[in-house]
Amino acid sequence: MSTVVTQQVDEVKSTPWSGGRSPFNVEYGKMMMWFFLLSDAFTFSSLLISYGALRFSAPVWPTPSLVFQSVPGTSIESGAPLVFVGLMTLILILSSVTMVLAVEAGHRNAKKEVIWWMVGTIIGGVMFLSCQALEWNHLFHEGFWWSRIPDAKTLQEFFKEGVPLSQQQMSSQQFANLFFTITGFHGFHVFSGVIINIIITVNVLIGTYAKRGSYLMIEKVGLYWHFVDLVWVFVFTFFYLV
Amino acid sequence: MSSETATIHHDDAAHGEHEGMTKKRILNVFYILLGITAVEFFVALVIAPKHPGALWINPIYIVLTLVKAFYIIAYFMHLKFEKMGLIMAIVLPVLFIIGLILVLTNESHYWIELRRALSSLL
Repeated sequence: MSTVVTQQVDEVKSTPWSGGRSPFNVEYGKMMMWFFLLSDAFTFSSLLISYGALRFSAPVWPTPSLVFQSVPGTSIESGAPLVFVGLMTLILILSSVTMVLAVEAGHRNAKKEVIWWMVGTIIGGVMFLSCQALEWNHLFHEGFWWSRIPDAKTLQEFFKEGVPLSQQQMSSQQFANLFFTITGFHGFHVFSGVIINIIITVNVLIGTYAKRGSYLMIEKVGLYWHFVDLVWVFVFTFFYLV
Repeated sequence: MSSETATIHHDDAAHGEHEGMTKKRILNVFYILLGITAVEFFVALVIAPKHPGALWINPIYIVLTLVKAFYIIAYFMHLKFEKMGLIMAIVLPVLFIIGLILVLTNESHYWIELRRALSSLL
C-alpha cells in the first residue's frame, strides 16, 4: 500500500509545473531578462507603429533616399543613399556575432576568449554610437531637430517637384521628431548596452564568473545586446528603406 | 538542421540548454543576415528606382526584416533551443503588437479623411 502511494507522489512531482524546479529550465535572471525584453519590444513597437500611423496619414513624406544620401564624416555629400547606414548595420550585426561568440566561449569556461570577444563587442557598440553621432550631427546641421526644420530651399531637396511648402513643412517636422525620438531611444539602448558590457567584462577580468563556475551572466547581457541589434533591424527598414 | 535541433530540444533536460550554437552555426547565421541585408540593398538601390510608386516593394522589405528578426531571436538569442513553455511565453504576447498595428493603421486612414474634411472647411 505505502509503496503505491510513494510512486504516485513521485509521478506527480515529475511534471515540469509541479514545483521544485524551474518549469522553463532557465535560470531566474535569464527568464526575467526575457520578460524585460518583451516589455521593451512593446515600447519600441508602440513608437514604430505611431511613426507608421503618422506617416500613413500624411499627404507627403520626405523621401528617405534623398534625406539620407550623404556619408557623414567624409566629403561625400550626396548621391550615396544607404551607404552610411549600411555600414552602421554591418557594425551592429558584427558586434552581435562577437557577442554570440563570447557566449559560446563562456560555455567552455574559456576566460581569455570571453574577454576578447566582449572587447570586440564593446568596440562594435562604440563604433555604432560614433556613426550615429555623425548622422545626427549631419541632420542637425541641415536644420533638422526636435521641433525644428530646415529652410524652404533645403526642404525642397527632400521632396518631389510640386509639393506645396506647407505640406513639406508639416511632414518634415513629424519626420524630424519621430526620427530623433526613435533612433535616440535606440541609441540610448546601445549606450546602456555598452556600459553593461563594460561592467560584465571587468567582472570577467577580475574572475567573478570563474569563481562562480558559470558564465551565465554573459548570456544575459548577450540577450540584451541581441535585442538592441533586433530593434535596429526594424528601425533600419522603416526609416531608411520604406 | 531542423531534425538536429529537434533532438537538441527534446534532450535539453539532459544536455542543458547550451548545445545549440557552435562556431560554425554562428557564422552561418551571420552569412544569412548579411545576405538578407544585401538583398534589401539590391531591392532599394536597383529594383525600386525602376518601379517608382510600386506598392509591392515595401512588403518585400517587411518580409525580409521579419526573416532577419527570426534568425536573430531563434539562433543568436537562442530561443529556438529553449523549452516550448518559454518560447510560447515570449512569442505569444507579441501577437498583441499585430493588434496595435491593425488598430493604428485603421485609425490613420480615418485621419486622412479627417484632414481632407478639415481642409475643405477652412
